[in-house]
Amino acid sequence: MTDATPLVEVVDLVKHFPVRGGLLSSLLRREQVVARAVDGVSFQIRRGRVFGLVGESGSGKSTTARLILRLIEPTAGKVLFDGVDMGTLSPNELRRLRSRMQIVFQDPMASLNPRMTIGDAIEHPARIHLPDLTPRQRRERVIEMLEAVQLTPGRQYYDKYPHQISGGQRQRVVIARALVTNPDLIVADEPVAMADVSVRALLLELMMDLKDRFDLTYLFITHDLATAKYVCDDAAIMYLGQVVERGPLREVFRDPTHPYTRALLGAVPVPDPRHRRTEPMPAGEIPSALFPPSGCRFHPRCPIAAAEVCPVLDPELRPVEGLPEHVAACHLRTGDYQHLDPERSG
Amino acid sequence: MSGEILYSVRDLVVEYDTRTGPLRAVDGVSLDIRRGEILGLVGESGCGKSTLGKAMMRLLPRNARIAKGELLFDGQDLMSLSEEQMRHVRGGKIGMVFQDPMTSLNPVQRIIDHITETIKTHKPDASDDEARERAEFLVERLGIRKDRLDDYPHQLSGGMRQRVMIALALALNCDLVIADEPTTSLDVIVEAKFLDLLRDLRDEFNLTILMITHNIGVVAEVADRVAVMYAGEMAEVGDVHPVFAEPAHPYTEGLLKSVPNIALDEEELYQMKGGPPNLLHPPAGCRFNPRCPYVMDICVSQDPPMFPVHGGGGVAACWLRDPERKRSESD
Repeated sequence: MTDATPLVEVVDLVKHFPVRGGLLSSLLRREQVVARAVDGVSFQIRRGRVFGLVGESGSGKSTTARLILRLIEPTAGKVLFDGVDMGTLSPNELRRLRSRMQIVFQDPMASLNPRMTIGDAIEHPARIHLPDLTPRQRRERVIEMLEAVQLTPGRQYYDKYPHQISGGQRQRVVIARALVTNPDLIVADEPVAMADVSVRALLLELMMDLKDRFDLTYLFITHDLATAKYVCDDAAIMYLGQVVERGPLREVFRDPTHPYTRALLGAVPVPDPRHRRTEPMPAGEIPSALFPPSGCRFHPRCPIAAAEVCPVLDPELRPVEGLPEHVAACHLRTGDYQHLDPERSG
Repeated sequence: MSGEILYSVRDLVVEYDTRTGPLRAVDGVSLDIRRGEILGLVGESGCGKSTLGKAMMRLLPRNARIAKGELLFDGQDLMSLSEEQMRHVRGGKIGMVFQDPMTSLNPVQRIIDHITETIKTHKPDASDDEARERAEFLVERLGIRKDRLDDYPHQLSGGMRQRVMIALALALNCDLVIADEPTTSLDVIVEAKFLDLLRDLRDEFNLTILMITHNIGVVAEVADRVAVMYAGEMAEVGDVHPVFAEPAHPYTEGLLKSVPNIALDEEELYQMKGGPPNLLHPPAGCRFNPRCPYVMDICVSQDPPMFPVHGGGGVAACWLRDPERKRSESD
């Protein structure tokens, strides 16, 4: 494939989880209730970029990541990895493709077997995905990876157990394990959320160095917009299973267009007491994915919602003025009803 | 805001028993909390901030003890109280809010029962109706519909559960609320609303709040003053504005610089070198000296006392702030 092909292309991805109803509802043969975790998500991740998937709990960001890795099957829609539709692959082909994508989770202690040495943990995926290596070559590869994540000398860490090293070092081990199969894509699901601020800065810096050194592409999942700012090239903001805004991160931050994106950006506490937030926050809480609101899913909480449009029509992602790559799904900001926007200038 | 001191911690030492000997999680900490203020207590994991909060309520785990120091609350020496008397102070005068409200709420008890039971424990003569009325008033004030009072804790969202914890503290007319990472499990928008609420409640109920958090942004958002802990010791205490504008302790400076800031245009995060010391073998002198970019000879041999900074408005444990040193430099 050429470099112009996005590494990952997500097309109208849908995942509905069936929810077991009570006895009564099954007797009454009501329609099966589903949680609409992901409901029509599309985006592309270009090679060598860091793509941020940003949202609050329950927005569907982690489910989207699991669909991309094909850890779960989509209800509808498809994921193309390097131009190949993953849904058409045989289990064997899928396994081979998997060595090219790896995931790093939030809690390194939960990702590492406490009774396995660090060396064995990193070697494990190499055994599966790099069967041609001799045991000696594998060991060398593991030590090389330990040193790539700055656990030097690697030999000294090889036989240690996870509890013998610090939390930040454990996350480095998890990253080293992800790198050992020489992947193209790393899905990082809140990789620094548990780290203290000083450790966080070091981990992020390391991840960016590794990206350049190993030609990686990242899907960076986070609820933390402040962290996203330092690492992401592009971002998609998710709300209740849908992307409400997407584009180059700088543009999204410079000109947040969807009212939800604005609220999310406004809510981030700024470490400067001179910048205390004054704007009000959206009313209520995120509704249940079992019964998402009609029309625009944000309308019950939206400060600018228009009663005749927003609860009725589903908004589409459309370009924000003059910037084809920056899109937002809001009737009043990018859609056909911009004349109804109460904040519209001019 | 009055300058009256509500809670004064003096030279507190808290030790944990470990297999390799006693570990001083809090080592000679002094802190004054003024009535009506929101004081942010910040530091990274293992700095002793949560241990300090627990010690202030005398709620330490069994393998820990207060080895030394005084806890003076509203003129009363808490160290001299019996466990029974202490129970009346906890809940009665000092309320608590923890990171995970699910562990503080009884899963098989409705919200209304939590609140009315709390009211009646401390005010045995209150009638059922009075208790219910007070509970309804409180939850509505906190932005929860009163019909949710009949729900069980698992039926509420995380943000609502944290509000219930505050309602419990308010139900008793607590003077002081100690909140340990109260917003850490909340999403940003829910967190922002919770912080707004805390600020309003402080004004309305004249609450005093000790907010223990690792989140510097949260402190900047709501606190009047900030206390920074490092490796079991207090590094710096002062009003938020001067501390954030001109941190007097190099650790505070490093900490503030390494926090991601959405409002700035910078592209890279500052990285503090090294990590916090092992408290079983803390470094001699200032505990921050191995990581400090301004380290001097005196720092590796002598533990710095608290020096006044910011024109007397704050204190910092750093030899750079020693007035004697400044004098000798200008000579």
